[in-house]
Amino acid sequence: MTTPNPNPSPTLLKPAKPVGIIGYGAYVPRYRLPAREVARVWTGGKGGLPIKEKAVPGLDEDVITMSIEAARNAMKRAQIDPTELRAVWVGSESHPYAVKPTSTVVAEAIGAVPNTQAADWEFACKAGTEAMVAAMGLVGSGMGHYAMAIGMDTAQGKPGDALEYTAGAGGGAYILGPAEESLAVINASYSYVTDTPDFWRREYQKYPEHGMRFTGEPAYFKHVSEAATHLMEASGTTAKDYKWAVFHQPNTKFPQRVAGQLGFSKEQIEPGLLVPVIGNTYAGAAMIGLTATLDIAQPGDRILVVSFGSGAGSDAFDIVVTDKVTERAGLATKTQEYIARRAEIDYATYVRYRGKLAMK
Amino acid sequence: MEIPRHWRLKKQRYGLVGEVCPHCDAKIFPPRDVCPNCGDEAKELYTFSGKGEVYSYTTIYEAPAGYDTNAPYTVAIVKLEEGPMVTAQLTDVDNDRVEIGMPVEMVTRKMRNDGDERGLIVYGYKFRPR
Repeated sequence: MTTPNPNPSPTLLKPAKPVGIIGYGAYVPRYRLPAREVARVWTGGKGGLPIKEKAVPGLDEDVITMSIEAARNAMKRAQIDPTELRAVWVGSESHPYAVKPTSTVVAEAIGAVPNTQAADWEFACKAGTEAMVAAMGLVGSGMGHYAMAIGMDTAQGKPGDALEYTAGAGGGAYILGPAEESLAVINASYSYVTDTPDFWRREYQKYPEHGMRFTGEPAYFKHVSEAATHLMEASGTTAKDYKWAVFHQPNTKFPQRVAGQLGFSKEQIEPGLLVPVIGNTYAGAAMIGLTATLDIAQPGDRILVVSFGSGAGSDAFDIVVTDKVTERAGLATKTQEYIARRAEIDYATYVRYRGKLAMK
Repeated sequence: MEIPRHWRLKKQRYGLVGEVCPHCDAKIFPPRDVCPNCGDEAKELYTFSGKGEVYSYTTIYEAPAGYDTNAPYTVAIVKLEEGPMVTAQLTDVDNDRVEIGMPVEMVTRKMRNDGDERGLIVYGYKFRPR
């Protein structure tokens, strides 16, 4: 016997109890590699550049250390005791260990252990938003009052490959809780997933492979458009109902083009379009686009967020900012402050920092 | 392999968790269960703010094993706002820009591999300019 689905729009992911974001935090490492440096070394400086520069982690940074800093920023804004977190989830495609969780180190460092769920999520670039959807479920079902979802990456790019120009580092952390405590309420999410082989990295391989132009139409554009369109149709909204929109951003052109196709203006995506100055932060990209947008958002602003993960899928979120954003946005370092904290490096330093030199 | 030691010290290393003396309110780091100020028992945990300033520093060019891939780097004695002095690496800073009195804040970073790249990754506190 089946029971009727209480969800009025059965394909939407809508929690039983309303949930929202009670705290958020960003992190971007200090070093920047200009795209012209990659071009200087590999193409004699010829050809167009997909971004201006990308963020590069220092020698002592990885997804664990970067997640800890973003998580601490989220804790400062949420103003809760870390022992109240019932989940610490980290989505990434650059977890430092093949076996041993990132999330337990993060949970320990912020003081959330031991009464908590901890897990690492993987789905190429949408591992972070996956964790966020799961956190909506955990909080929205009443299993836990607060849950943390992080999307963070130190992306890999093969030397000389098109991806080396853009593979950046950074991400965001979110604490989800009851809607009434939120600085932004998440009305609903929607996920669109198919088996589409546009980008992958096999086990034990250092660098990913991609399907060149196949990464565009059947992968990024198809999944992002379908997710956004379906969420808006089911929510009874159009592009005009949103003050801001954030799309996954592997380069500057893709999010601009998909935004235009969906009826969004350049102004609507401007605060969350960070790829030109920090690169593609993979599992962190949509997450940090949203932190930058929340930093400047006003109460009542509605935000559409659509991630994309190769393989492939998109998670779309319909978010409305509450009046609590005004008091909490200033409680931790803002995304643009991290972006402004910048030290330019050359290709040789980048090669050293990213461990691309064989030392033995 | 020093797994038990890394595991035992993780709280103080990841989050600068020390102790506070219930008798004289002195903040203690590293935690030692006996107050260095009044000599009484002090086991209550205390998380430091992580803010402090450079009391003294030196730049390491010939680093000990395990740290050599990061050289040159600067090590400082940092005077924490709550009082104690800690020795730690500085990070996210150009070595020639470090000054005595420079305000710094704690960050959790990768210290080294325990052994080689097959070993445990050891994380701990460093300080960066604020």
